[in-house]
Amino acid sequence: MTTNKILILFAHPLFEKSMINRILIEYLLDSPNVTLHDLYEEYPEFDIDIKREQDLLMEHDIIIWHHPFYWYSCPPLLKQWIDLVLEYNWAYGKSGNALKDKIIFQAITTGGSEENYCSEGRDRFTISELLEPFNQTAMVCKMNYLPPFVIHGTHKMNSKEALDKSRMYNKLLQHLIENGIGKETFENYPYLNQWIQTKQ
Amino acid sequence: MDNGFFVQAIIYLSAAVVFVPIAKKIGLSSILGYLFAGIIIGPFVLGLIGQRGEDIMHFAEFGVVMMLFLIGLELDPHKFWKMRKFILGMGSLQVIGTSILLFLLGVILYDWSWQVALIIAMALALSSTAIVLQTLKEKSLSQTSMGRASFAVLLFQDIAVIPILAVIPLLVSANASIPLEDLNQSIISDFAAWIQTLIVIGAILAVYFAGRYIFVPLLHVVAKTRLQELFTASALLLVVAVSYLMQLVGLSPALGAFMAGVVLANSEFRHELEGDIAPFKGLLLGLFFIGVGASINFQLIIDDPIFILVFGLTLITIKFLVLFGIGILYKKQSDQNFLFSFGLSQAGEFGFVIMSFSMQLNIIPNMLANQILAIIALSMLSTPFLLLINEKWIDPYFGVKEKADKKADTIEEQHEVIIAGFGHFGSTIGRLLRANGVKATILDHDSERVDLLRKMGFKVYYGDATRLELLKAAGAEDAKLFIAAIDNPSVNLNVVEIIRKNFPNLKILTRARNRIDAYELIDHGVENIYRETLYTAVHLGVDALTQLGHRKYSATRQGQRFIKYDEASIRELAAKRHDKMAYLVTAQEQIELQEQILKNDLYTNFEAKDHAWDSAFLKREINNDDK
Repeated sequence: MTTNKILILFAHPLFEKSMINRILIEYLLDSPNVTLHDLYEEYPEFDIDIKREQDLLMEHDIIIWHHPFYWYSCPPLLKQWIDLVLEYNWAYGKSGNALKDKIIFQAITTGGSEENYCSEGRDRFTISELLEPFNQTAMVCKMNYLPPFVIHGTHKMNSKEALDKSRMYNKLLQHLIENGIGKETFENYPYLNQWIQTKQ
Repeated sequence: MDNGFFVQAIIYLSAAVVFVPIAKKIGLSSILGYLFAGIIIGPFVLGLIGQRGEDIMHFAEFGVVMMLFLIGLELDPHKFWKMRKFILGMGSLQVIGTSILLFLLGVILYDWSWQVALIIAMALALSSTAIVLQTLKEKSLSQTSMGRASFAVLLFQDIAVIPILAVIPLLVSANASIPLEDLNQSIISDFAAWIQTLIVIGAILAVYFAGRYIFVPLLHVVAKTRLQELFTASALLLVVAVSYLMQLVGLSPALGAFMAGVVLANSEFRHELEGDIAPFKGLLLGLFFIGVGASINFQLIIDDPIFILVFGLTLITIKFLVLFGIGILYKKQSDQNFLFSFGLSQAGEFGFVIMSFSMQLNIIPNMLANQILAIIALSMLSTPFLLLINEKWIDPYFGVKEKADKKADTIEEQHEVIIAGFGHFGSTIGRLLRANGVKATILDHDSERVDLLRKMGFKVYYGDATRLELLKAAGAEDAKLFIAAIDNPSVNLNVVEIIRKNFPNLKILTRARNRIDAYELIDHGVENIYRETLYTAVHLGVDALTQLGHRKYSATRQGQRFIKYDEASIRELAAKRHDKMAYLVTAQEQIELQEQILKNDLYTNFEAKDHAWDSAFLKREINNDDK
């Protein structure tokens, strides 16, 4: 049985003040197969080392864009990362097959609650709809884009609930390391949260 | 205090106040100003000072003692060690070579006794530290190869004064015609020679140990009292006490002061001591030079003007040739070598010291001594003119050309950017621009650097960036940007002023060394000011924050915020600064400034004013709304 290696591209401009992310990162699954790559700590001046990032991507099978969901998108450094690192004829284009068939998904934290993210709700769209640009980016890079892992309601969350979320995140990571996704489809699961709960 | 003292003081001080600014105004050294002042108030012109002048001379000689104390203080052993090859090599060649030639000249041509010839030769071999250092500073040549060579030779000469002053009394005892009772008034002269020697060695050791183990701890105590004047008093006490001790054992007070200076050169109080003694030294040396001027006997000179002129010219020629030879030996470029050799071609203030010392000892006939004093003064007077001649008529032939020779077929291309000053600061800018395909015209005054840059294909104009013709030649009329990056802040400010006045459409980006310089530039209405000390210091501070566990990005933003705040506050404080009377930036004012800055910081909230990304803040707000 093969083990999968996971790369977490973590982007939070004010990590020290985010309770949920501090807990997620502090209790993050301690495994040789998980690489945490803290973008704002690596590139405080936005001078991303493209070659290094591409090498890191090549060394892993599963990529996670882990970030807070600001204004229905990612923080600016992650956008800069996407713009710079996913180069033509490397990540996409005719001979751009470096990322082909790698699994990618987003782990996002948001203050808003799940029920607001629907056509009748305050946010008018579902999270998945709002993440379409990322989905499409992954598609162009011939990657396998999964539904997101989402933590809602962080503004009202206490640390006990946060610890529960952390456990679920780690369970997801552990499962993906050991089993990958096999032949499964995710049509019935808008979030990976629901999918992982079906696993033992 | 009797009225006589006040009258004397008024005569001396007003002579100094009148003549020194005049000398400075016409571009001469302040030493010459003092000399003229002395000549004018002396017995041969106005006759304002007569016998009383002698008393003041004795007092003023103490200025020489203090000068040697300061030279000792500045003799940082590490710096000395780093430059030892130059100092010992070039310095000894110059002093010994020049002395031998002058000695032979005196003995063979003028038929002086060997003692007289030796003293005069040694006195004249030394150049004027004051004149040369001032010239280097004014022309901002200190960091050029010629500047460093001059400094090395001067330092060697400064040190050579000590043995020379020590040797002169020995020449007296060899000369039987001198009344001896006047000389050895020291309390130990009755003892046997070996005991005298022991006592002298003991005294020198005492200076060393007392300096290190008594005086430095004493200064610690004094410093704690925070009374500035007490510190000054201690410094004066030290110099006076050492001089007295040396006199007691029959050594020169200057030698003692020099040793005390060296002992304290490594102590943490070095700069304070320097600052405290310097004004006394300046004033007393000024008095000393006035005294020298007043004591020149013009009657003797008028009797034999040919000798003065011929010997004076010979002196300058010999010094020039020896220096030029040393320059060739050390592979100086010819333009640097001309500057170096003309610059050091005069006799100096130490010559006055040695001559008046020998006069007191009656080694040298009075007439000859006076003639030599006049020759020293004339040679000092000649230096500015020689440098002018060099600049106008010699340098253009030998020196680095102001502009690279144009090949006939190349079309002169006009660059949009001019960089003045291509030291560490300017060259970094130049490299960044060049890496981005922007060619700049460079102005620099270091001929060796100019040669190198031309070989590397830069377009370089050699010369003084404050000259309007050079700026025009470099294309200041059509350029878009002028980058003022000269090391010397006052020259840099000068250039900025000239540009603003003559080329109002040229946009200026200027380097400033620190806040004080920035204030000056703000006063001149310069918009784009880049402080050397700001960005690097903030960058280091940001790294310090991250080392302490702050997130790198947050620390970076704090750094950016701090730079913005500091740049705004400097403009605010620049305006406020004029509310106060003081325009001169004294140490006291700098401290007040610092205090003001720190106070301002206290009232400023460096916390991010934006709340983007701050979930704790949003949480608080949202929970409040829900209630």
